[in-house]
Amino acid sequence: MAAVTTTPEVAAPSTPQRENRLVSGLRVARELPVIPLLVLILLLAIPAIFANQLAPHSQRIGVLDDAKLPPFWISESFEERMVVQRADRNRLDVEIGLSNAQRKVERGEATILVGGEDGEVNPGDTLRFQARKGGSMEYPLGTDKQGRDILSRIMHGARISLMVSSLAILLGGGLGTLLGMLAAYRGGKTDSIIMRIVDIKLAFPSILLALVLVAAIGAGFTTVIVVIAVLLWARYARVVRGEALAIKQQDFIDRARVSGASNARIMMRHIFPNLVNTVVVLATLEVGHVIILESTLSFLGAGIPAPTPAWGVMVADGRDLITTAWWIFLFPCLAIVLTVLSMNLLGDWLRDKLDPKLRNI
Amino acid sequence: MAVATNNDALLEVRNLKKYFPVTKGLILMKTIGYVQAVDGISFSIKQGETVGLVGESGCGKTTTSKLLLRLENPTEGDILLEGRDINTFRGAELQDYRTTVQAVFQDPWSSLSPRMRVRDIVSEPLVVNRNVTTQEKNERVAEVLQQVGLHAQQATNYPHEFSGGQRQRIAVASALVSYPKLIVLDEPVSALDVSIRAQVMNLLKDLQEQYNVSYLLIAHNLATVRYMAHETAVMYLGQIVEYAETEELYNNALHPYTRALFSAALPSHPDLIREDIVLQGEVPSPINPPSGCRFHPRCPFAMPQCSEEAPVEKEVSPGHRVSCHLY
Repeated sequence: MAAVTTTPEVAAPSTPQRENRLVSGLRVARELPVIPLLVLILLLAIPAIFANQLAPHSQRIGVLDDAKLPPFWISESFEERMVVQRADRNRLDVEIGLSNAQRKVERGEATILVGGEDGEVNPGDTLRFQARKGGSMEYPLGTDKQGRDILSRIMHGARISLMVSSLAILLGGGLGTLLGMLAAYRGGKTDSIIMRIVDIKLAFPSILLALVLVAAIGAGFTTVIVVIAVLLWARYARVVRGEALAIKQQDFIDRARVSGASNARIMMRHIFPNLVNTVVVLATLEVGHVIILESTLSFLGAGIPAPTPAWGVMVADGRDLITTAWWIFLFPCLAIVLTVLSMNLLGDWLRDKLDPKLRNI
Repeated sequence: MAVATNNDALLEVRNLKKYFPVTKGLILMKTIGYVQAVDGISFSIKQGETVGLVGESGCGKTTTSKLLLRLENPTEGDILLEGRDINTFRGAELQDYRTTVQAVFQDPWSSLSPRMRVRDIVSEPLVVNRNVTTQEKNERVAEVLQQVGLHAQQATNYPHEFSGGQRQRIAVASALVSYPKLIVLDEPVSALDVSIRAQVMNLLKDLQEQYNVSYLLIAHNLATVRYMAHETAVMYLGQIVEYAETEELYNNALHPYTRALFSAALPSHPDLIREDIVLQGEVPSPINPPSGCRFHPRCPFAMPQCSEEAPVEKEVSPGHRVSCHLY
């Protein structure tokens, strides 16, 4: 073909651009949000994948003798009490009844500190005995009231949380994205119908809706995923619709139609790739939301059934022992807080990074 | 408004109308009127030639282009491509039409998908409508990229790696890839820097010679139209008020609106003495256009007849048609 006007405007071939890509890749790597990523990898990803290999104890079977052991850094504590004939109900912190004291000495749980020269426990003696068992590296984060290792249960719980959140977001997000795109692209009646359903869904209190759904289908792993997906899709549909409406206005959609692309092709090849940013960022931000939802459902007894160590179930288990064995509920709570916080920070970072307006400057 | 049937015309537009309904109410939508965006226009485009369409904003230029591209369906009238009505095309015929008629849009920043590589953007009309192998596709993309003045290696880049002028070249390449017979150029250079405009216009003219492709050039810049178009139509409120060969129109404008339009544009030399017509008032609403001649409320030469009777198009000299009671 004959040469067409060559112009000074033509750019150089793309080799330097490849180098630039590498450089910008390194720059992105340096800007990674290190702490949230580390927390996520250490707390969620590794335990979730290698729970079977890493967890020191069984997630379900406990040793009753080791029940309510505190975390490793808490050593055992002792207290001293005066032996009296009959202990006063209001002075139990300093007195102990005779028969009770004899039983403790026989079992070897207590030693006689003052008195007891004859080897017997008499009123007026002072007993020294263990007030609380100490923690050990055997159970680094302590045990619950059935003697199950909390660390092992948190590790297995991470797997549940990861599976529930990824599957629920995939299901709910996929459905929401599809419906949102359809509403935006078709417009008119389709749009009205889909968005009114979204409005109705968003008007329901989500926990109530979840409880009703669980009551209707029955609790279980699959149910939790379905219920959370049902709770999630509407938000996706709304956000995606807004974004897709803006994309639909752009000339490249008209160009695709002029080229004869089918509606399905325009939605999948021209609109969806431009929505990916939004969908990905929304998904990361929703992970935190989903973990909290799953925990709430489990806490309320409508989620993962009891022996499976979901974080919410563990919090619910520890609730009545908050004053005496705080570690049972605190560590799963911390796991939830750290995961959700890290996910949100990661989502914020992703949003900034993926936004072409911010990226292309 | 009979048009002499042109046998060598590639595309013929006959009495084309597009009314958009204006509705009221949320649930029971009641049509309370129509926006008469395009109201009975006729023109034809010859193979390998350019027809310019000028007029101010809101006069129906873009609606006309959308009707030609089948992005909208006309309310009335026919668009004939090589004698066949394009609105009857279905299936294979429609696919054929999609490769025969292409478009270049005004804003190169919004007309290229930021998530697609140049290769996929350019080859879209081929991929959608014809069974081409990857190799054929890549070869054709490389060829057409070189023809618009880009490098074949740039096919793997993304649009954001290009400047405005280069992006418009990519859009032109995509329009050309399927060997179209007609390209609708909707303000192809108005979003570009003045320094780039001439380059892109020259490119378009060169490609026209090379491909023997026809252009429908929509513009509000009179200089662009004069440089590129063989024939020019002046539109006002959905109607063509004057139609002539470009040089004839620029040297011998007859319709008062055309003359006002030319007098509003900057002259090529500041000392040039020209007719000075300043139009009063605003463009009337296309929902409720003026009676008689649509231009009469703003026309400095209006006569009593103008508000009562719509002027009939007259051929004042061969190929020069004007709708005005003055002639």
